[in-house]
Amino acid sequence: MALIVNRPKLSLAERCYLPSILAGLAITWNHLKRAIFNKGIVTMQYPEEKWDANLPEWYRGAPTLVSDEHGKDRCVACQLCEFICPPRAITIKPMEIPRDDKWSKVEKRPEEFDIDMTRCIYCGLCEEVCPEQAIYLRKDYSITGLSRAEMIHDKETLYKLGGVRTGLVFKWNELK
Amino acid sequence: MDTALILNFLNTPWVFLIWTTFLKSFILLNLVLGLVSLTVFAERRVSAFIQDRVGPNRVGLPMTLLGGKKDIFLWGLGQMIVDPLKLLLKENFQPGSVNGFYYWLAPKLVMIPPVLVLAVLPFGSSLFGVQMTIADLNVGVLYIFAISSLSVYGITLAGWASNSKFPFLGGIRSSSQMISYELSLGLSVVPIFMICGSLNLNEIVDWQVKNGWLVAPFWPKGFSVDLLLHHPAAVLSTFHAGLSLQRIALWIPLLISFVIFLVSIFAETNRLPFDLPEAEQELVGGYHTEYASMNFALFFLGEYAAMLAGSGAIVSLFLGGWSLPFIPDGSHGALWGLVNILIFFAKVSLLLLFFIWIRWTLPRFRYDQLMKLGWLGFFPIALANIFITALILAYIK
Repeated sequence: MALIVNRPKLSLAERCYLPSILAGLAITWNHLKRAIFNKGIVTMQYPEEKWDANLPEWYRGAPTLVSDEHGKDRCVACQLCEFICPPRAITIKPMEIPRDDKWSKVEKRPEEFDIDMTRCIYCGLCEEVCPEQAIYLRKDYSITGLSRAEMIHDKETLYKLGGVRTGLVFKWNELK
Repeated sequence: MDTALILNFLNTPWVFLIWTTFLKSFILLNLVLGLVSLTVFAERRVSAFIQDRVGPNRVGLPMTLLGGKKDIFLWGLGQMIVDPLKLLLKENFQPGSVNGFYYWLAPKLVMIPPVLVLAVLPFGSSLFGVQMTIADLNVGVLYIFAISSLSVYGITLAGWASNSKFPFLGGIRSSSQMISYELSLGLSVVPIFMICGSLNLNEIVDWQVKNGWLVAPFWPKGFSVDLLLHHPAAVLSTFHAGLSLQRIALWIPLLISFVIFLVSIFAETNRLPFDLPEAEQELVGGYHTEYASMNFALFFLGEYAAMLAGSGAIVSLFLGGWSLPFIPDGSHGALWGLVNILIFFAKVSLLLLFFIWIRWTLPRFRYDQLMKLGWLGFFPIALANIFITALILAYIK
């Protein structure tokens, strides 16, 4: 079926372009004028202005380790996260907790816990798989460094980023 | 050797001509290349403002890297230096399939003509008695057309030598586009020669200083600051003297000439509404797709230098060159000579801003529309315009 496109009949002013060009110039001029006085600009100047307050509840940022209300590491070095990690970003070196330690009943804790942030894909599988609720994805997204070595988060950094998390956390409640 | 002998030698006419010409060329070239760099920055910044963005506003002078205490913040003006520097430091990569000799020749052919055009532009009246034109050529306007039509070779060669289909299409488009618009460009300035009686840009500007800019018909003839101070009553009669029926009647063909010349310059410099040779959406990057580094930068700077030379030509031909009403020329003192140079570059800068403003306002023409506008629109109008001017000059006094 033939489709008939009705071409509107243009007036002389429309055919000689100039009036509509002037109208267009007026529009862009108004935008220019407003933007010079810093009005109506939509750009967000990133490092100075951030949108952190508007991050969604379910945002998956950098993975971190948390300690509990007793000041104990929650991680028991079961290495499930190391095994599930798709890009193999996590490296754990477990150690036995000595007999005379207060938490010797836990038996194992990580001696070293490294997450290579150049490999991490922020999938959150480590958080999901962790039986002890020790690893959480937080809202830090700006992970930068000047070398590859700097981009590896060791145990200390991970605990510092993670902070303290108390009580039992159910999987899909607001604390996540 | 004593100093008197050297001064005497420097003042002999031909030596004087040589060293002043070299000095003028050196200063003008540096001024213009600086302005080209500034235009690239202005393009990015103004386009950002027009689109409600911010644009490059960070690069200043990194004094902390050089051991200073604080970086100097310049509203992003450091971008002027950083942009060419980045292109200069990149690898000058040559694809394996190109025709080497023409591939390297083409960018130079794009950059050189606009720089050569600067030679005949009167960028100031006079400074210490030296005329502020590098070459006071009596075929100045013809020289501009002859030289600027050479830049089509650069673009066409770039397209052909790249040995790749999209640059080739860009080169073909540019050759036909530039040749088409050269016609209306040349024809649209014929009325000016008929009115001013000269092809020399200096004489055209001098005519405008005496009789008013070619796009502005109302001009107090014989007005000066002395007259205003000593005989205020006579000022009114200067306005009367500058007003004639012929001058007002000539305004119509001159305005038509002005619009045609302006639009044709857009087409000649491959600026948007007419940037078909580098239509990104259709031709990847157009004729310079296969170029990188400084070779690409030469195309880039060549385009902006051509804009600048074109603006200079528009200013000299239609907008009174270095003159501004009630500002005396360089023969009244070196200060006024400098002011005249400033006025010229201020006018050129305003036109460059207009170029940028147009670019971010209008969408690109379709290729057949472009050709139709050139051949069926501007060409006959410019032709008829010559006859209208002739009739007015002959019958209206």
